Amino acid sequence: MSSIADYALPNPINQNRSGVIGRPVDRYEGPLKVSGTAPYANEAKTPSPPTYGVMVGASIGCGDVVAVDDAAAKAAPGVKLVWHLFDQPPGQGAAGAKAYVQSQASADPVFVSPRVRYFGQPVALVVADTLENAAAAAALVQVSYAEDPEAAYAFEPAEAARRDNDPDSSIGEFEAAFAAAPVRLDETYSTPIQNHCQMEPCATTAWWEGEKVVIHTSVQMLKGPQHLVAETLQIDRHNVHLRSLYVGGGFGGKGSSYEDLALAALASRTLGQPVKIALSRQQMFNATVHRPATVQRVRLGATPDGRLTALSLIAATHCNRNAPFIERAAAFSRALYAAPNRLTGHRLQLMDIAVASAMRAPGEASGMVSLEAAMDELAEQLGLDPIELRIKNEPDRHPETGQPYSARQLVECMRDGAEKFGWVRRNPKPGMTRDGRWLVGIGMAAAIRGNFLLPAKAAMRADADGFIRLQQGMTDIGTGSYTILAQITAETMGVPLEKVVVEIGDSGFAPAPGSGGQFGAATAGSGALAAGMALRARLTAMAVGDPDSPLYGAPPEAVEFRDGLITVENRSETIAALVQRLAPAGLEVEGASTPAADIRQYASYSHGAQFAEVGVDPVTGEVRLRRMLGVFACGRILNEKTARSQITGGMIWGVGTALTETNRVDPRYGSLTSQDLGSYFPPVHADIANLDAYFLPEVDDKANPLGIKGVGEAGICGAAAAIANAVYNACGARVRDYPLTPDRVLAAMGAL
Amino acid sequence: MADPPVRAAPRATFQITVNGEARRVDVDLRTTLLDLLRETLGLSGTKKGCDHGQCGACTVLVDGVRINACLSLAVMHEGQQVTTIEGVGLPPDLSPLQRAFLERDAFQCGYCTPGQICSALGMLEEVRRGEPSQETLDLAAEIVPLTDAEIRERMSGNICRCSAYPQILEAIRDVAGPLGAGA
Amino acid sequence: MRPFTYERAESASGAAKSAAETPGARFLAGGTNLLDLMKLEIERPAHLIDVGRLPLARIEETPDGGLRIGAVVSNSAAASDRRVRTRYPVLTHALVAGASPQLRNKATVGGNLMQRTRCAYFYDPAKPCNKRDPGAGCSALGGDARGNAILGASEACVAVHPSDMAVALAALDAAVETVAPAGRTRTIPIDALHRLPGETPHVETSLEPGELVTAVVLPPPPEGRQEYRKVRDRASYAGGLFSLALAGGRLALGAVALKPWRATQAEAALAAGATPAEAADAELAAARGTGRNAFKITLARRVVVDALEGGPTR
Repeated sequence: MSSIADYALPNPINQNRSGVIGRPVDRYEGPLKVSGTAPYANEAKTPSPPTYGVMVGASIGCGDVVAVDDAAAKAAPGVKLVWHLFDQPPGQGAAGAKAYVQSQASADPVFVSPRVRYFGQPVALVVADTLENAAAAAALVQVSYAEDPEAAYAFEPAEAARRDNDPDSSIGEFEAAFAAAPVRLDETYSTPIQNHCQMEPCATTAWWEGEKVVIHTSVQMLKGPQHLVAETLQIDRHNVHLRSLYVGGGFGGKGSSYEDLALAALASRTLGQPVKIALSRQQMFNATVHRPATVQRVRLGATPDGRLTALSLIAATHCNRNAPFIERAAAFSRALYAAPNRLTGHRLQLMDIAVASAMRAPGEASGMVSLEAAMDELAEQLGLDPIELRIKNEPDRHPETGQPYSARQLVECMRDGAEKFGWVRRNPKPGMTRDGRWLVGIGMAAAIRGNFLLPAKAAMRADADGFIRLQQGMTDIGTGSYTILAQITAETMGVPLEKVVVEIGDSGFAPAPGSGGQFGAATAGSGALAAGMALRARLTAMAVGDPDSPLYGAPPEAVEFRDGLITVENRSETIAALVQRLAPAGLEVEGASTPAADIRQYASYSHGAQFAEVGVDPVTGEVRLRRMLGVFACGRILNEKTARSQITGGMIWGVGTALTETNRVDPRYGSLTSQDLGSYFPPVHADIANLDAYFLPEVDDKANPLGIKGVGEAGICGAAAAIANAVYNACGARVRDYPLTPDRVLAAMGAL
Repeated sequence: MADPPVRAAPRATFQITVNGEARRVDVDLRTTLLDLLRETLGLSGTKKGCDHGQCGACTVLVDGVRINACLSLAVMHEGQQVTTIEGVGLPPDLSPLQRAFLERDAFQCGYCTPGQICSALGMLEEVRRGEPSQETLDLAAEIVPLTDAEIRERMSGNICRCSAYPQILEAIRDVAGPLGAGA
Repeated sequence: MRPFTYERAESASGAAKSAAETPGARFLAGGTNLLDLMKLEIERPAHLIDVGRLPLARIEETPDGGLRIGAVVSNSAAASDRRVRTRYPVLTHALVAGASPQLRNKATVGGNLMQRTRCAYFYDPAKPCNKRDPGAGCSALGGDARGNAILGASEACVAVHPSDMAVALAALDAAVETVAPAGRTRTIPIDALHRLPGETPHVETSLEPGELVTAVVLPPPPEGRQEYRKVRDRASYAGGLFSLALAGGRLALGAVALKPWRATQAEAALAAGATPAEAADAELAAARGTGRNAFKITLARRVVVDALEGGPTR
């Protein structure tokens, strides 16, 4: 087990002798993506012409399937198979069964229970020779239901309850301190259901090669889905070859797999033909997952000079009763500001609506919009500048655990950003700036997002052709995994990027956890570094032990890898020559990284500051972003270009949270009202005016051997609050329910 | 409710030119242009994001004009010229706009990217023709200045959930050339 | 999609005749709304008559100084036409406020008029809807219907017409030309084309079975200011929460009813010397909210007043 002290020791990444680390190189797989030749899951080339599956979704929210009339569908042209409760896929394991004890998933058989747990849940599958025939036949399947009269379709925050596995965090005496505070704020904020809206709908293509099923699917993590197929189909996991080569957006929504996965494999087994199943955009809304709504009560107590004496955030949220999940909107608040008396926690209501799950920065993305707006309100009450208020409450250690921060430049981000953005021009009095029909205002918010590290493996090989090949069961969901893994490989092995091949997205490769929780780069990258170090050790041993090598007899610790050479002082040979001579078939090694045993000694977070300028139309209540700047400190930056893209992308998610994105449950039916992109509104290009982000120099040598921290989710954190605060500054309307749609802004302006 | 169909769906045979190559195709009448490209012709560079004209991922050029391939029947395009991303450029011979997307990191997951690129190509032609948008201040002017606001508005039919909009703007600016010079 | 047969029409009258003679026939022009609905099986035509290549793609001067815009002129071409831009800027502004450039390139002027509501309950086949299934009930009423009608709605339907273009046409006092199956042509004032829902929300227009829209006719441009305003949740590519077209002394409202709403009460009040606020109140006196859409009444009033008072558009 390594120690956290090892992270600060010299290694190829923190030495960065070739300068590949940090360089803004183009995306490794970019040429394929800009030419449309990167094959996504639904586009995998099948060994014979595919058949097409279309799933039928439940038209009730909760209850039981009581009858299925599939006669018309079965008689329809081209139909090869119709499956449902009364004609089940054969050969499925019992629900929850695990033949392999260490499986990361248990059997999840399809159509074996009459129970409908949420609107849109797949209740039947039709497979036909063409997409057109499959879709037409699917519409002919008639399903009858008995709806459950007890179904809970309405979110009642007051009924949400504390869960045993998520106790409140209580420090000091919050209630007493709050009651005694000279300055108090007590406000409630809400956030709506949001949908991931990955541009690529979930899809699976499957075919069989003898005993083995080959699956191309669109997931963020490989092991769980691979094991789910094995357990559900009752086959050995080694006979499930699952690939997720290119993923058209994940954002947490492809952290789990859906019915298309097992059904494609099952149908292909039954038919002996490749099967492709893609979810429709409508199915993506109700039949996958979403970020649940929250109602958050924020209470802040402060001294007249702006020191927080009491801080509380209690967040109520909901999930499907069969899939417990807590949007932990209060968790971040335990790490952000100093206050001696604190009370934070979560309340959960079990409902019978679509499944709630992780969506980009789960917790922070919801919670920061309340606390960071509340801080703006408190600053106004105190007559303090919002940045000054935050700086006054900057902790020197984690306020609840007492851990030192691994690296924290929150204050630096706010100060540097304030200068670059022109914060000094902000008039603290709202409604004072006009430009044409627009009232103009600016606002800011802090950003914080937890940083994580998980165990990972990787395989690296040196081939006689001079290429270094990295293979890892990692995914690239648009984050840039391919690219940063290529950079880490090149820098570790001292070879040019052109001599690196990265292969990921394959369950047959050395496993890494995949993409999620912005841990991907640190986790997979540390695994790649470990593999590289193992390969260097092997190559070094070969060279110094080989009388034909110029390095023969050299002390191993003096060997260096640079410019494609393995070298000691003025003696060197190419890696290719060494491999050609001693391992002509190539040399492959596996490396593994595990988090340092004492990694919890430090509190590790990405930090940032968000600044926004908006225009508010005082007649209509419409809000338009005018400019936005994010300043972040996220450890070492592996690739300036892709990291900036991650951050600006996250910030734009914040724009959507602030202004456009919302879904709602119709409590009469239990379904989400917006079921397409014509009524659910991710931001479009016109919503995004001048928006940029940059990083402060930082090396976090307590986080991982790479000295990096996550950038994938940090950008969304606080972004929506900065916009809401700017709206207030523009027009004096304090909207505490997100998003800030025209009706809400008009209401807050007193117009309604 | 109508009786369920029991006979095979009617088909059509016609000629269509895709990326400069004349093709004779035989399709189910229900086949959309998008599914013709992806499933029949194997040109999966054109993406299916929503299948309802609400995302722009399926944008292709038909006789030089950008449209959503999902909301068009293949048979409606008999005799027309279709350009898909594969016809714009394939590695290593990428077009200037594809190279600009690469250099500016104007994509992340890559799924909306072919549609963005085809859309941008069509958009620049529309601007050259002087077609107005809701950002066009002077409808009477012969020349539309290609301001950033014009580009953003005109590219708003292509959703990028990864939200590479700032980088997409930079990439389009790189190739817009003299059109944008006076902006 | 249900299987269908397909023909490419060779003449407008032939198309109308075929439509009348073929059960379940529908006209297909750009297809951007019809195919959208066919994929959801909300539309299930047995036969499609493709009118997209009919010689109805011209924009021409009329003897009285107006314009005739052929029914299959694309929304983009109509918006870009120099005569439209300079003489009927409200129409260009309305057109480019709608949909996306790709959709506008494909969608036609005739199809724009014939498009159906975007009410979320109409679009979800799992929910009752009198438009899809007469007599089933209206699930938007009492539902999550923030965008729905405040004027002219009924217990049977609270949907709104989604067109921006049609709002401008209403303010321009346009008319549509049609050809009926027997070859008879007629001209229908725009205000008489779309119907309010009443008890029969599935009957959306005054067109007879098989009757085909062949052109939109614009009278000579009115004297005075032309303006189109649209309020929405997203800066682009989003349906309106409210819109307004002003053309000379004529005013029409969008996203308030199942038809483009010519604000005759407001016009009359203005002509009688009323203030903008009084005119807005006159028009909106009959407005009713059905829940979350109630804000639209205030929103409409504010935008009408601001537009009439000449508030800045940018």
